[in-house]
Amino acid sequence: GSCQGNSVERKIYIPLNKTAPCVRLLNATHQIGCQSSISGDTGVIHVVEKEEDLNWVLADGPHPPYMILLDGNLFNRRVMLQLKGTSRVSGLAVAIAKPSPPQGFSPGLKCPNDGFGVYSKDYGPQFAHCNKTVWNPVGSGLSYEDFDFPIFLLEDANETQVIKQCYQDHNVPRDGSGPEYPLCAMQLFSHMHAVTSTVTCMRRSSLQSTFSINPEVVCDPLLDYNVWSTLQPINSSGKVDPEKEVIIVATRIDSHSFFWNIAPGAESAVSSFVTHLAAAEALHKVSDIHLLQRNIMFTFFQGETFDYIGSSRMVYDMEKDKFPLRLDNIHSFVELNQVALRNDSILWMHTDPVSRMNESVEVQVRNLLSILSDSSVGANVTLQEAGYSQPLPPSSFQRFLRARHIPGVVLTDHRTAFQNRYYQSMYDTPENIRLQYPEGLSPEETLEYVTDTAKSLAEVATVVARALYRLAGGANNTSAIQADPKTVSRMLYGFLIKMNNSWFQSIIKPDIKGILGDVPQHYVAVSSPVNTTYLVQYVLANLTGTVVNLTKEECLNPEKTPSSEKEMYEYAWVQGSLDPNSTSRVPYCVRSTVHLSKALSPAFELRQWGSTEYSTWTESRWKEIRARIFLVASKELEIITLVVGIAILIFSLLATYFINAKADVLFSVPRDPGAVAY
Amino acid sequence: PALGLFLFTIARDPLRIIILIAGAFFWLVSLLLSSLIWFIAVKASDPRDEPLQKGLLIFGVMFSVLLQEAFRFLYYKLLRKAIEGLVALSEDGCSPISIQQMAYVAGVGFGLMSGAFSMINLLADALGPGTVGIHGDSQLYFLTSAFMTMVLIFLHTFWGILFFHGCEHRRWWEIMVVVVMHLAVSGLTFCNPLYVGSLVPSYVLMAIAAAWAYLLSGGSAQNLRRFLLCK
Repeated sequence: GSCQGNSVERKIYIPLNKTAPCVRLLNATHQIGCQSSISGDTGVIHVVEKEEDLNWVLADGPHPPYMILLDGNLFNRRVMLQLKGTSRVSGLAVAIAKPSPPQGFSPGLKCPNDGFGVYSKDYGPQFAHCNKTVWNPVGSGLSYEDFDFPIFLLEDANETQVIKQCYQDHNVPRDGSGPEYPLCAMQLFSHMHAVTSTVTCMRRSSLQSTFSINPEVVCDPLLDYNVWSTLQPINSSGKVDPEKEVIIVATRIDSHSFFWNIAPGAESAVSSFVTHLAAAEALHKVSDIHLLQRNIMFTFFQGETFDYIGSSRMVYDMEKDKFPLRLDNIHSFVELNQVALRNDSILWMHTDPVSRMNESVEVQVRNLLSILSDSSVGANVTLQEAGYSQPLPPSSFQRFLRARHIPGVVLTDHRTAFQNRYYQSMYDTPENIRLQYPEGLSPEETLEYVTDTAKSLAEVATVVARALYRLAGGANNTSAIQADPKTVSRMLYGFLIKMNNSWFQSIIKPDIKGILGDVPQHYVAVSSPVNTTYLVQYVLANLTGTVVNLTKEECLNPEKTPSSEKEMYEYAWVQGSLDPNSTSRVPYCVRSTVHLSKALSPAFELRQWGSTEYSTWTESRWKEIRARIFLVASKELEIITLVVGIAILIFSLLATYFINAKADVLFSVPRDPGAVAY
Repeated sequence: PALGLFLFTIARDPLRIIILIAGAFFWLVSLLLSSLIWFIAVKASDPRDEPLQKGLLIFGVMFSVLLQEAFRFLYYKLLRKAIEGLVALSEDGCSPISIQQMAYVAGVGFGLMSGAFSMINLLADALGPGTVGIHGDSQLYFLTSAFMTMVLIFLHTFWGILFFHGCEHRRWWEIMVVVVMHLAVSGLTFCNPLYVGSLVPSYVLMAIAAAWAYLLSGGSAQNLRRFLLCK
């Protein structure tokens, strides 16, 4: 009914709440992403569901600029470059396509992290710039383009429907001619403060920080923490003996997509680090760990999507003696890349052909490959070599190779191009790794349900764990080493579907339980540590650490306890699981060897913002990001309103003046002297 | 029009300015009190119950009208006392301003404040790129709001004159007519968005009130004819 007591603003605007913006990222030489004007960009909405609709926007439509509502299936490079070139587009809203586009969609580069890996014109030039193998053929490079209009993602199908309804009611062209006012329009705010490149924005930020009382920083470097843990405890503040050899196992834990903080990363990140965590758990259950000749370090690198932030920093720290290990200590390197989409259960082993030309390295690599193959006997995994003709896929191992010719192998599910057709996109979801749950399960049941994907990843973890045991010098039978599919399943659920589940809640610190949001995203943001890093740290502590009988005070202040060996271990006071009958939790203390190491690109430590050797990615700052839709009136109505107002003003001034002047004529009041006038 | 009235008739005399501002203040206080009552009533009730909310709104509006008129009466009392003071202060024993002038200025004060309140938040939202209509409201929202505000300002002015005249001469029926007219105009706004239903009767009532106030202030049909012909 009428008069609901709405404020006028609610009558005019409908805010769009479930959106994700595309933000500006900068590196040493370029800026990528999107930018809106400082007071938002407005445009008349036009729904583009097929290619022909674009003509209205680009040429025919009479009311430019337009704000396009693009169907997810049309969000490709060709359409985007057309829109980029015209001035008739003031913004874009993309409706996520359900189901995912069948031909694949990847806004990443065809050759990810090119130029920051090991292959360059000085080292294996035939492999540089993906000359030999294009790793991501579906890649359109959209994420790395620079758009001067805002682009938002509409995550909620209901909001998309509201916009389409508004369009149907007001904007549809009738009988070939243009639609009439009032028209439905949309306004997007996503003004970014940083411009040009990291060099420019860091220079401006440092000037502000140095000289201004109220500094206005314009960009922040992408930074977070790497998580690392060793099988045999080492002194984290000291240095490890040069004779002591360590095998490094590595995975990345981050991903990216075109839009900010949308990075489900199921195949590109989660599959690999979940397998890694399961292998770590399996190894810690072995009884003779302390007898092993070599130590094993489980490393989870953050920021690898952006030119290897985490691994380049760790290599730098190792070279500069800021890390307990040095490059000399590394015996070999095993990396797990995307492992969930195996064809016929084949897992490919990639090695670097250039370093294998050195005899000693070749011998060690052969040894490594044979141990891996032997470990796969009896498991439902077939290991095959990718061969001499293939370079390494984009992996953290490449950064270590840049510094030292270490024997190593990268395990993936693809031989040449990625099996993942949605690499670094918003469609890299659980469906992409065929993670399916039966209908009608409660969240608790879903947490405990063991999926086929979990079983398959557990197989890979078993093979890796057994191989690592052998590599570390273990002599016993490895058939007892098994990764637990239940753990894998729980981790997949937590990292892909719902972070806020009972298992995660029981293994984190009490004061950070607010961080568990709803849909998990694995973007390395600028405020650290992100949820993913926290959770990997605490899950690893839970899976590989031991429960110790310390009180809360002793656990939080281990240096006061004499036998705590604070150097070797980290103590965490976790909140424990919920008693089924009560509402309180039973917290306890966990002792583990899990540490965090800062993952900030050395370029920022060295203040070489234009560096081509280290990652220089930064993210711009912004003030507000929001979107809303409303109706716009025609220019005629606005002019009419204004003219009418001015006319009434002038008329009333004249009338009042005349009435005032002739007041004695109008009002004859015998009683009072001086009536209404002076 | 309110600006014109202000500029030409009030701005020159500081005493009138004071009465204007005080009048505006009194209206503001009455609105504050009535909105307090409405706010408490809304918070105490169920927000999801639509008819109840609408009923509360109607009740709130009526209560506000009554409160505004009550404050007008209070203001009249205050001004009466003020006249005695002014007479005491003046040199020739009669006050520099008559009660009718005070009535007029008080009415303008009430009207200005009421108009400001009606329009300012509309203007603030009108500055944005959008206009009213996405939920199906009429496009002419801003225009009709402006006209409604104008008629309300005029009405307050005329009601001021009528009300004070009624108080002066102890003609309680005049006061009742003012109150009833105010209730009627406010009630008509509930007809919105059927703007014809609220604007047209309001303008008709305004014309009636204008004529009546004019006659009370000493005008007559003769004077009107002379004025128009002289022009």
